[in-house]
Amino acid sequence: MPPAWAQSSAILSVASSEKLIIKRGATAQAKVKLELQPGFHVNSNTPADAYLIPLKLTWAKDPLQAEQITYPKPQLEKYAFSVTPVSVFSGSFEVLTRFRAPQTLAPGLNMMSGKLRYQACNNKECFPPRAIDVHVTLDVQ
Amino acid sequence: MSKTVSALLVCLAVFIALLSTACGNRSTKAAVKDEKDRKGAPDFTLKDANGQTVHLSDYKGKVVLLDFWATWCGPCKIEIPWFMEFEQQFKDRGLSVVGVSMDDDGWNAVKPYLMKMKVNYRVLLGNDQVGTLYGGVDSLPTTFLIDRQGKIASVHIGLSESKDEFKNAIVRLLDAPRATATGSSGRLLASSVGAK
Repeated sequence: MPPAWAQSSAILSVASSEKLIIKRGATAQAKVKLELQPGFHVNSNTPADAYLIPLKLTWAKDPLQAEQITYPKPQLEKYAFSVTPVSVFSGSFEVLTRFRAPQTLAPGLNMMSGKLRYQACNNKECFPPRAIDVHVTLDVQ
Repeated sequence: MSKTVSALLVCLAVFIALLSTACGNRSTKAAVKDEKDRKGAPDFTLKDANGQTVHLSDYKGKVVLLDFWATWCGPCKIEIPWFMEFEQQFKDRGLSVVGVSMDDDGWNAVKPYLMKMKVNYRVLLGNDQVGTLYGGVDSLPTTFLIDRQGKIASVHIGLSESKDEFKNAIVRLLDAPRATATGSSGRLLASSVGAK
């Protein structure tokens, strides 16, 4: 198994670029790097309109515990279809997760799995919501 | 000289087309096809907000604006008020606007939006099978204009440049001679799919 690999869709690419080294009983921060094709955007994690589907990263309950997920500051963009600015992410951006390793976790290589749900649009059309797999390779010490 | 200019214009056109693709804008215009080039609109059976079963073939003899949309689709919400206006303006001349919501969350998501917007036309809850029948409908809005014979006269993917683009197409279909429109070929295609 490679230390990190990419999951891609036509519009959004996800790459967990670094192996996460974490000590038992301690915390460490993982970056999920995302890249959208030019001309596309996804709703941020906090869209203003309740009908819009937010970007959301969720993690499995083990082997680590996800303590905090931090999304980047959204951009407020105006599009042909929007009367008011829309809270979005576009281009390249990162979502950070602070993980805690249980004291009882066995040392060695392991993997954390998650899902990223997003809904993408361009200036004229929107694409159905999708969920793609995200993986982080762990080196538990 | 003129060949050079022509070659440059072709290159420019290709460049603009590629640039447009690269920027993700691939919306198509709702040009009305010639009658001979139109294909039958696949029939389907879906439910409306009142739980009533609706077949596309119920609209035989009418011009139908069939709009695939979703509550999470921003561009769709620009067009919906246009379609409400068309429904009001052209209903008596034989237009029926039919919305097909592709919301995964079903009526729980759709009904509040319909009430909030006071949508005046019939909205059905779609599914993947119906989307597949209509070519996949992989982006929204996707709007089909169906003539009185049940044939697809135009397809529009993405937010239209203007309301008039649709309006002109609708008027053209409504004004088409009735004799042709209600002829023996006025049946919707046999392929169909049922409501969930």
